[in-house]
Amino acid sequence: MDAYYNPCDLSKFGEISKEAPALWEKFMGWYSSVFEPGALSKREKSLIALAVAHAVKCPYCIDAHTQSSLENGSSKAQMTEAIHVASAITGGATLVHSVQMRNAAEKVEF
Amino acid sequence: MQKPEEIINKLSAEGHSFDASLKSASIDGLTSVSIDTLQVNLGYRCNLSCRHCHLEASPERVELMSRKTIEACLRAIKKGDIKVVDITGGAPEMNPDFKWFVSECTSLGCNILVRSNLIITAEDGYKDLPDFFAKNKVEIIASLPFYEESKTDSMRGSGVFKASIKAIKTLNDLGYGRGTFNNNESEAELVLNLVYNPGGAFLPPDEASLGSDFRRELEEKYGISFSNIFALTNMPIGRFFSFLDKTGNLSAYMSRLATSFNPLAAESVMCRTMLSVRWDGSIFDCDFNQALNLKCDSSISNISEFSAEALIGRKIVTGAHCFGCTAGAGSSCGGSVV
Repeated sequence: MDAYYNPCDLSKFGEISKEAPALWEKFMGWYSSVFEPGALSKREKSLIALAVAHAVKCPYCIDAHTQSSLENGSSKAQMTEAIHVASAITGGATLVHSVQMRNAAEKVEF
Repeated sequence: MQKPEEIINKLSAEGHSFDASLKSASIDGLTSVSIDTLQVNLGYRCNLSCRHCHLEASPERVELMSRKTIEACLRAIKKGDIKVVDITGGAPEMNPDFKWFVSECTSLGCNILVRSNLIITAEDGYKDLPDFFAKNKVEIIASLPFYEESKTDSMRGSGVFKASIKAIKTLNDLGYGRGTFNNNESEAELVLNLVYNPGGAFLPPDEASLGSDFRRELEEKYGISFSNIFALTNMPIGRFFSFLDKTGNLSAYMSRLATSFNPLAAESVMCRTMLSVRWDGSIFDCDFNQALNLKCDSSISNISEFSAEALIGRKIVTGAHCFGCTAGAGSSCGGSVV
């Protein structure tokens, strides 16, 4: 192994089913259903997936959902805005924990 | 420009057999069932040099169909009682006999489709084309790869998007694409269909949702309308093949096409009901086989020898590029097929 992340490893994802096929089958069935058009369109769901992929910092997911966003008709401008939303939430989530810092500091400070 | 045989060899080397995919879907080869459409390529000259063009058309190309060959096409249309004439190029309008051909087809009562890049109508010598199209009730199929300027211009050249919008406004004013819309189906008498092509090595979106996006964006931002959208897959030949090859995208793209093989799309491919004519009169199963110089599997090789009886039932010549027409919802000159 010369790298922790390799693009060709994405196609090996299904191999995880070997150890727990029933769980894999349930996961894949649910996963497929999630991305079917419903109250949200496939394009909207792909953009959400792309944003979340960045938030969880998964290079496999970024690769896959960049492709799916393009294939569902999104432009790079729309994809970039989606990632900004993820960035705003992850940045905000970090910053809002400053409340914890302030609570902890105020408890021990004069 | 890579030679057709080099492209065919490189595509084959990717290891995805189209015939094997057909067999796995219990389809015993593709055969012609009728000739409903004659697709006539009037030449490879074009005022644009689009990055996805499978024929590598450009202003430098000199191949143009002669009046004599066009006359042979007209004889075939009459003899075969062909109802739909699909005129393409290049920019077909750049053939000096374009208008004459359209007028002759009109007098034969054909449904005439013209694949226009639209912006030719802004060039000197072509500004009367919108009126000519309307007078002959030509169905216009116009390339507009995306509703955003940067994406369209990156595929087709700087300034093309704005010029296209202007041309669509002119056509709308003439009544094109101004029908009553119901589930994206137009009832307009003058039909203006737009063609979406992916801006790179990925498949096109679902046609219905794409149409909604295009309609909303083009109406809100530019006040223009169209009849229907055709979502076409980029074919791994011509300039797009060169892009795939040079950028290291070929294997992944061919794999994407092959793994997206849809048997329903395979049964509905356009080559089963059409015939494609090259500028020199040579005949092909489709425009893509024309680009690869894969001639019809028939005793007839030129439109001047046309015989529907000899051509219907012929085996369609296939190769790895055919995965481009059978991926996902399928792709044809009229958009998705399933």
